[in-house]
Amino acid sequence: MLSSDCLWSFSSTASVAARSYSHGKQETDEEFDARWVTYFSKPDIDAWELRKGMNTLIGYDLVPEPKILEAALRACRRLNDLASAIRILEAVKDKSGPHKEIYPYVLQELQPTLNELGIPTPEELGIDKA
Amino acid sequence: MLATRLFRLVGNRNLSTSICLRGGHGVAKVEDYTLPAYFDRRESPLPDIKFVQQLSPEQKSLKEKEKGSWATLSKEEKIALYRISFKESFAEMDKGTGEWKSVVAGIFFFIGFTGLVVLWQRKYVYGDVPHTFDPEYKQKEVQRMLDMRINPVEGFSAKWDYENNAWKK
Repeated sequence: MLSSDCLWSFSSTASVAARSYSHGKQETDEEFDARWVTYFSKPDIDAWELRKGMNTLIGYDLVPEPKILEAALRACRRLNDLASAIRILEAVKDKSGPHKEIYPYVLQELQPTLNELGIPTPEELGIDKA
Repeated sequence: MLATRLFRLVGNRNLSTSICLRGGHGVAKVEDYTLPAYFDRRESPLPDIKFVQQLSPEQKSLKEKEKGSWATLSKEEKIALYRISFKESFAEMDKGTGEWKSVVAGIFFFIGFTGLVVLWQRKYVYGDVPHTFDPEYKQKEVQRMLDMRINPVEGFSAKWDYENNAWKK
């Protein structure tokens, strides 16, 4: 999760716990990221799990870290699903909202993976324009 | 039973379930609305089903090619794969409809129409105004107000020049 002590001034920096409760240990950002990377890195992940994971992740109030997205893109590769990989990139851009600097950063971090797997960006395909 | 299995291979879901019904097993027909549906949603980027369910032969061979290295796919093939799975891209689903222009146009139109109705009413519906609106009567009213020294300090009569019988310049 990209927290505010990095480069952007978000209004809230709190790590995101899956449940909100005042007692108990709060999950740190690193734990959150690690959990999601593990989820997508499952070798025999199936299509439903990929969809469920992505839709849940996009539902959170954050933009996923590049390492989570890399694991998700590799999951798409294992499932032979190029369309979902492109869709994930679109969703990241959409999730950044007004913070226009996030998407180029994420693409920059993901460039080695994109090149390795042969995943085009939505801009390269021209589907980022209506 | 064999017939249902045969039809299931062909992929005709409704026919197979209706055969089950004739077989007397009491299976309810699967309604379309109960099946997973396709949605283009910002908050749910990967829908439950692909957009295109029946693939043409070219699309099927493209899907086979997808199992290999993606770097060998051309740009058009990649777009074709995207369009098989998804109906609209994020940009397309988010774009506005321009409906607001119709709404504003409608507002102006009906305001204009109301104006016409009001004008027509003034001419054909309302009777004459009372005689107290006549210019001569109005003059007499003003004179009476000045005689009564209405608001002589800062208001009405204060603006009248009583020496010269005219409004103050």
